[in-house]
Amino acid sequence: MNEFLQQLLNGLSLGAIYALIALGYTMVYGVLRFINFAHSDVFMVGAFAGYYLSRYFPKASLPGGFAVLIGAMLICALLGIVIERLAYRPLRSHSKLNVLITAIGVSLFLENTGQFIFGAAPKPSPVLFPFKLFNFGGLVLSSNQIAVFVVTIVLLISLHFIVMRTKIGTAMRALSFNPVAASLVGINNDIVISFTFGLGSALAGAGGILYSMNYPAIDPLMGILPGLKAFVAAVLGGIGNIPGAALGGVLIGVIESFSNGSHWSTWTDAIAFTLLILILLFRPSGLLGKLEVEKV
Amino acid sequence: MKYWRGLILAPVLLLLCTTACNKSGGGSTAGGDTIKVGEFASLTGSEAAFGQASHKGTQLAIDEINAGGGVLGKKIDLIYDDNQSMQGQSATIVRKLITRDNVIAILGEVASGRSLEAAPVCQQFKIPQISPSSTNPKVTEMGDYIFRVCFIDPFQGTVMAKFAKDTLKAKRVAVLSDAASAYSDGLQKYFKEKFIADGGEIVVDQKYSSGDKDFKAQLTAIKAANPDAIFVPGYYTEAGLIVLQARQLGITNSLFGGDGWEGPPLIQIGGDALQGCYFSTHYSSENKSPEVQEFVKKFQAKYNGETPDAMAALGYDSAMVLADAIKRAGTTDSAKLRDAIAATKDFPGVTGKTTLDEHRNASKAAVIITIKDGHFAYVETINP
Repeated sequence: MNEFLQQLLNGLSLGAIYALIALGYTMVYGVLRFINFAHSDVFMVGAFAGYYLSRYFPKASLPGGFAVLIGAMLICALLGIVIERLAYRPLRSHSKLNVLITAIGVSLFLENTGQFIFGAAPKPSPVLFPFKLFNFGGLVLSSNQIAVFVVTIVLLISLHFIVMRTKIGTAMRALSFNPVAASLVGINNDIVISFTFGLGSALAGAGGILYSMNYPAIDPLMGILPGLKAFVAAVLGGIGNIPGAALGGVLIGVIESFSNGSHWSTWTDAIAFTLLILILLFRPSGLLGKLEVEKV
Repeated sequence: MKYWRGLILAPVLLLLCTTACNKSGGGSTAGGDTIKVGEFASLTGSEAAFGQASHKGTQLAIDEINAGGGVLGKKIDLIYDDNQSMQGQSATIVRKLITRDNVIAILGEVASGRSLEAAPVCQQFKIPQISPSSTNPKVTEMGDYIFRVCFIDPFQGTVMAKFAKDTLKAKRVAVLSDAASAYSDGLQKYFKEKFIADGGEIVVDQKYSSGDKDFKAQLTAIKAANPDAIFVPGYYTEAGLIVLQARQLGITNSLFGGDGWEGPPLIQIGGDALQGCYFSTHYSSENKSPEVQEFVKKFQAKYNGETPDAMAALGYDSAMVLADAIKRAGTTDSAKLRDAIAATKDFPGVTGKTTLDEHRNASKAAVIITIKDGHFAYVETINP
């Protein structure tokens, strides 16, 4: 029983990070209908932003930790906006395939630039928040895991508020529904798309910081695997659907944790992907996605 | 629109070009007056500490040989390239070194998985390959042109199984190994065979894949089985994270591993959590023998006081064994050079006397190291 609860806890804290990354994939898909493959590398830049920013703030303190977290989110938001402006906007009128391939190009560009600037060897990431272990009758929870839960929940609630209650959020939803009609009623599509990229990338930045806190070895290729799993999470939950991405992330994290802790640890990724195939066979639009008829 | 895009692209392309061209180091001079030797290594990426150490050792040996007049009256030109610690790069690099740079022999790699990728190419072109520190037995089974100057995993597995039983007094051991690494998978197999044969019990057998960062799930299962000690035959990046996460989950037992642990990042990542953990390796810089102390002195003089680890010592030995074989062969003809390397007997190296057996492996003593207050400390030497 104890082992079961511990695995559940491990899975939830891993899944919360996947959820943060998955939100970026799903939001960009929602407004632009394409997969931003460079997203996983924005996540990596977030971790490195934390690594360099932490030099200017007190280590292992709450205010310092939050300052680094917010700084990294801002840097990633800016990076996301710049990527969209330079790489995707010029191609917006072209076919979706062109943008998709460009996204892969941007991803490779960021990975290799990262190796050039940061070096390819893994770096130990700094201690941002005060560290403490809590032991509830054999069940161990670290303060970092608690930080992951708190930060993820706060970010999810603020995201929900932005999308559902603010003017820009309404514009995002309108754009996702019908871009032409949105611009006809006076919405500036460029600004809304920039904002979406900024928001999604900021979440990836936060994910990068939380990930590097829990697994303190960062390298320029660290984004590939979590990015792939978060992408699966977004598809699992129904791509384009925000609560779906969060649910998918948590599910993938928990499944991974349980299969890793069992005798089938070699098969972990295979189990997650088989589940994805099964869900897509029976619910092609994902767990929470609405089935849409492609308009020709 | 078109113009400014071109203006941005031009310097970017130029930059990419120059970095790409700089990568193949060595600055080869025209053939004839030098003997070209190729080296492929993990100079960047997750096993960069291994690749860098091994390369520094090799370079030191080559410089020393050249300062002493070279071999056969010619200087050795070391042409090296980086595989970024990635699978799937080494075969291409080695093919390039052989066909374009016309090297007469290949030195490399530390990681068994990547030595295995290069070996078929060397065998196909009949160019001798000497691996400094790949311990998986399959490496030299790839063909009669493939050699190594270190011990192999069946020996290392036996050493660690004995160590677990006699020194750690462990009866129930958990194993956590890397399913995606030839080295880790081989070592865990030989360890388990010996440990079970000696009456021990493997209580859990868990796997991970290179590049994983989260091991809490596997460690939670291991904790539930309550073992006496945990064997982690992986590389240092993952080993550091595993020890750290084990301590966070409240596991207080000893964790121990193989020569894959020995890299400075292990301590940078694992920190205090590593106190009282052990691993086996090929040599210790604390060894008082004159060969070792002279090597440490030369290495520190060349590389700003850095203390050489086992990978550096084996990198040095691999180049020295090759130079000795070229001298004895009296030629760089590949078949004669192969025979000369195969005939290496009692060659005095930093990591002990090197004698290559009929399977082209060296048989050497293993050293047990512990981590004490943030540095590697010598425990004991175990002879084959």
